Amino acid sequence: MLDRVPPADPPHPESPGDPATIEVAGLILKAGGAPLSRPLRLSLPVGQWTAVLGPSGVGKSTLLKALAGLGPDGDLTDGRTGGLAGRVAYMAQSDGLLPWLSVADNGALGARLRGQPVDRVRLATLLQAVGLKAQAGLRPDALSGGMRQRAALVRTLMEDRPVVLMDEPFSALDPVTRLDLQDLAARTLAGRTVLMVTHDPMEALRLAHRILILHGRPARLDTPIIPPGVPPRSPTAGDLPARHAALLERLHHLAAEGGR
Amino acid sequence: MSQRLARVVRPLVTLAGLLLLWQAAHWLNGERDYLLPGPLTTAQTAWAKAPLLLDHALITGAEILLGLLLGCLLGVVSALALAQVRTLERWLLPLLVISQAIPVFAIAPLLVLWLGYGLASKVAMATLIIYFPVTAAFLDGLRQTDPLWLDQARVMQARPWRVLLLVRLPAALPALASGLRVATAVAPIGAVVGEWVGASGGLGYLMLHANARMQIDLMFAALFTLALFAVALYWAVDRGLARLLPWVPDSRTRAAPSA
Repeated sequence: MLDRVPPADPPHPESPGDPATIEVAGLILKAGGAPLSRPLRLSLPVGQWTAVLGPSGVGKSTLLKALAGLGPDGDLTDGRTGGLAGRVAYMAQSDGLLPWLSVADNGALGARLRGQPVDRVRLATLLQAVGLKAQAGLRPDALSGGMRQRAALVRTLMEDRPVVLMDEPFSALDPVTRLDLQDLAARTLAGRTVLMVTHDPMEALRLAHRILILHGRPARLDTPIIPPGVPPRSPTAGDLPARHAALLERLHHLAAEGGR
Repeated sequence: MSQRLARVVRPLVTLAGLLLLWQAAHWLNGERDYLLPGPLTTAQTAWAKAPLLLDHALITGAEILLGLLLGCLLGVVSALALAQVRTLERWLLPLLVISQAIPVFAIAPLLVLWLGYGLASKVAMATLIIYFPVTAAFLDGLRQTDPLWLDQARVMQARPWRVLLLVRLPAALPALASGLRVATAVAPIGAVVGEWVGASGGLGYLMLHANARMQIDLMFAALFTLALFAVALYWAVDRGLARLLPWVPDSRTRAAPSA
């Protein structure tokens, strides 16, 4: 099977010790110089998915960008980001494909931008794994939304970084395509440390080992929710529907609180 | 197929309409050929004087094409330099705008004085008139790269000049193409103005010459030749650009891809 694409570095065994988590402490999100959050403390278990939920405008995307090392220094963030620079791949809500490059060339973009040789074998393997082998030579405008997101996934995987940051990666897709893409991402990103911002509690419950809720003004993080079972979970399995309802209720409550 | 046919027929209908209007104006004017020769007279003159018109058209054409080449080259290089070096932009951009505020017509006599009656002064004029739209459009394009693409490149730890080459430059090509279209449309103005001020050949020279001798039909034939050349050049550049930039959404040439 070509479904699983192993990362270059084998993931650390899961243990409560320091090397098994990426610790971020004292991170203050800022917007236009004004603090948007309290000092945030965040620990990402290595090789697991962490989802961040929260009302819109609370700073979820800012958090992700800060961790990706984006945003002008001193403006967006204070504090340590766990030395993540150079170890992360970033995938946004919009696929970010360059419209003049073919699917394959978009996948090879990172290496070309760094002036490194492109690993053609790995590229072919990844294109095959996401089911885009036949479309490798097409430009993005010839693809459907789901295919474009698959192509973006290939570009992200080609980076072969231990940490993957995703900002609502599947939110623009129709529900069926979204389920497909979630499964595909869970399979292909297995072994990597993933932080995913989403506004969809079901997506968080399906894919994440841990769920964080960012809320309030200034924003803070609650203690993580750890759903039972191993992702990707079926949307109907066990008490997932009940948890989904509870989580929605919670978010609704927080949104109402924030609007007051 | 019917769409292709419509693309060919539509300009022909427009042309026929214009010719009719021209003929109507000719009639309403009392068919006085020394004021406004009709389309038929003009065509006859153009046919009779075809070798002469061609001679002068070749001169004007060379001026326009050389001006286009030079103006675009300078514009592209300037925009790249301005986009790369912020200090340069702060110093030079106001100068660029001021240079554009001076009408080319005003400095045409100077250019003829400095560069002579030959090709050089006309090419310089066309270059001047083309330079600004190309620079402005390309610089705009280079400045307006999708921030997401730049963010991605940053996370990928891209080298700055590779970002310019692989992301910002291709992303700015559609804007450059708009600049080139404008440049193509205004290039003949530069060449003809130059010929009016002082020349020994070219369609502008021929028009001035014919006008002075009351050969209004020849003047119209020259004007028509110039228009024909300008439209053909614009069409060629427009189609060429559309072919070179196939990813740019173009409602004329492409149906939306099915999902």
